[in-house]
Amino acid sequence: MSRIEGVLKSLKEQGRKALIPYITAGDPHPDQTVSLMHTLVKAGADIIELGVPFSDPMADGPVIQLACERALKHNTSLRQVIGMVEEFRKTDPDTPVVLMGYLNPMEAMGYEAFADAAAKAGVDGVLTVDLPPEEAGDVAPLFSKRNIDPIFLLAPTTTDDRITAISKHSSGYVYYVSIKGVTGSATINVDEVAEKVAHIHELTALPVGVGFGIRDAETAGAIGKVSDGVIVGSVLVDTIARNQSDSDALNQALHDLLYPMREALDSLA
Amino acid sequence: MSVKLTDEMLKALPDSRGHFGAFGGRFVSETLMDSLMTLEKEYLQLKDDPEFQANFDKDLADYVGRPSPLYFAERLTRETGGAQIWLKREDLNHTGAHKVNNTIGQALLASFLGKKRIIAETGAGQHGVATATVCARLGLECHIFMGSEDVQRQSLNVYRMKLLGATVHAVESGTKTLKDAMNEAMRDWVANVDDTFYIIGTVAGPHPYPLLVRDFQSVIGRELREQSMEKMGKLPDALVACVGGGSNAIGMFYPFLTDESVELYGVEAGGLGIETGDHAAPLCAGRPGVLHGNRTYLMEDENGQISGTHSVSAGLDYPGVGPEHSWLKDIGRAHYVSVTDEEALAGFRTLTQVEGIMPALESSHAVAYALKLAATMDKDKVLVINVSGRGDKDIHTIAQLDGIEI
Repeated sequence: MSRIEGVLKSLKEQGRKALIPYITAGDPHPDQTVSLMHTLVKAGADIIELGVPFSDPMADGPVIQLACERALKHNTSLRQVIGMVEEFRKTDPDTPVVLMGYLNPMEAMGYEAFADAAAKAGVDGVLTVDLPPEEAGDVAPLFSKRNIDPIFLLAPTTTDDRITAISKHSSGYVYYVSIKGVTGSATINVDEVAEKVAHIHELTALPVGVGFGIRDAETAGAIGKVSDGVIVGSVLVDTIARNQSDSDALNQALHDLLYPMREALDSLA
Repeated sequence: MSVKLTDEMLKALPDSRGHFGAFGGRFVSETLMDSLMTLEKEYLQLKDDPEFQANFDKDLADYVGRPSPLYFAERLTRETGGAQIWLKREDLNHTGAHKVNNTIGQALLASFLGKKRIIAETGAGQHGVATATVCARLGLECHIFMGSEDVQRQSLNVYRMKLLGATVHAVESGTKTLKDAMNEAMRDWVANVDDTFYIIGTVAGPHPYPLLVRDFQSVIGRELREQSMEKMGKLPDALVACVGGGSNAIGMFYPFLTDESVELYGVEAGGLGIETGDHAAPLCAGRPGVLHGNRTYLMEDENGQISGTHSVSAGLDYPGVGPEHSWLKDIGRAHYVSVTDEEALAGFRTLTQVEGIMPALESSHAVAYALKLAATMDKDKVLVINVSGRGDKDIHTIAQLDGIEI
């Protein structure tokens, strides 16, 4: 059983929902990322999605675009991001880490080399935004073989046939993109999400995490009620942007933003 | 050594997943997959539909003004002192470039799919103008995404688009050029996927775009075949076209791919020189990677981050290239070369002064290389340059380089 499966299984047994924060590695500075990851865990993160910065983040809104630019100003590379996970693992052997990003940095590193390094560092899942299962035939098995979960996206536009097919290629969880749009853009419609997630649950046994549009304890609680976990990104990254000059204030602000979401999710149990 | 291509081999490409050998494909976020699959299905049906083709042909004839002439550049040939130089005059199309061939075709597709809102990216603005033009004609809402640097250097085209009723969005992210305009168009598409049709201007992007843009642009090469037989009684010996994304080049080359005697030359933007790194020549100096929905040759750094590009011509200022060109390079069927900004500008002046034809700065790259190539060929050989667009839009850039304010 992968670390992700273990965590999600144990949460389910307790009747609890997963809190999955996202931050972009290297933002605001590569030296701060590991400390921010520990802060996220202290504030109640069950799994961390760590963004790999890319020069052309086509599926992201302005907030995460700017985070990528800040990280790339310090030349944050995929190898360095893997190094951050290795550093994080020295003091946190339990919290799963999912690398989330775009395909080209992995292709440039070489898929085999990437999978080896990621496994060795303690990476638990890989989510590649621009890699649908149709193109993942050579890549996903390299991850599975090393006990890394390949995680794929489902969208409001995904047909039933594709939900079934995509779920077969996934392990750990599937990530339901709650809105048609880029990260951090529109307001989430809880009723629509509830209906779609219930439908996805009919088609796959995998846990369903919901992301895009979760910005506070209220939306986290509402979405947590209808899914297995919530993924929070842009609002955290925006907090990082606003506190980038003061490291202590940043860790505090991040904690203060995430912790109420944890409480909202746990009040559902 | 080049692979001998057959009609059967070509018919099988791209394959059902949009691959040209190791290149192409469909690398997009899940939200767009359903739209792309629907577009592919509809297009494959309409492709062989006589009514659709008849509409397309009629628009090309009566609205665009096709066929575009094949012109013998007699004085240029004499002065160059080598192969006969002929010009395929895509600059004479309505809106002034080859881009309109494709926007006519995609707008027809959009109508069949019932989409009322059109988006497009543009570099030099030619594709933006061609898109705004067909939208004006069909009464469609039109949004053009253009890097803010290109908005400045192609202000004339920006104004043309606005006159045509389009909304022009200046893109401030990244390098503020064509690649960022394409990122922004993709983001808009994800958010408005239900009612919006994305008219991609080049043979790049996710499947089926490289296929359908190539099909719509192939009218260039089909006409050229007929005109060559008519005027010269034989096929040309060499074809030369500029390559940014590569739509005018693939349109010219495609109907000649199985004719081994016809040498194909794609000319990339060498910028300040390949050795300086300031260029836009992924086929000459890049390596395969994945960007904007397809696997193709790219300009990128060792970590897989896309590099900034440089070219005097906004339309070639792009770090990627259509996947079919990447495939043609790897199998050795086409030659990919580059000329510098300076050489292209000299090509612009030569064609202007010797033939009275002012080519776009993009097409000037093809002119510059063709002049070098023709000089090395025998007098009984025939070389055809694709003059993909006219140079009026570049007058400000050229005047600025000359230190003249207009």
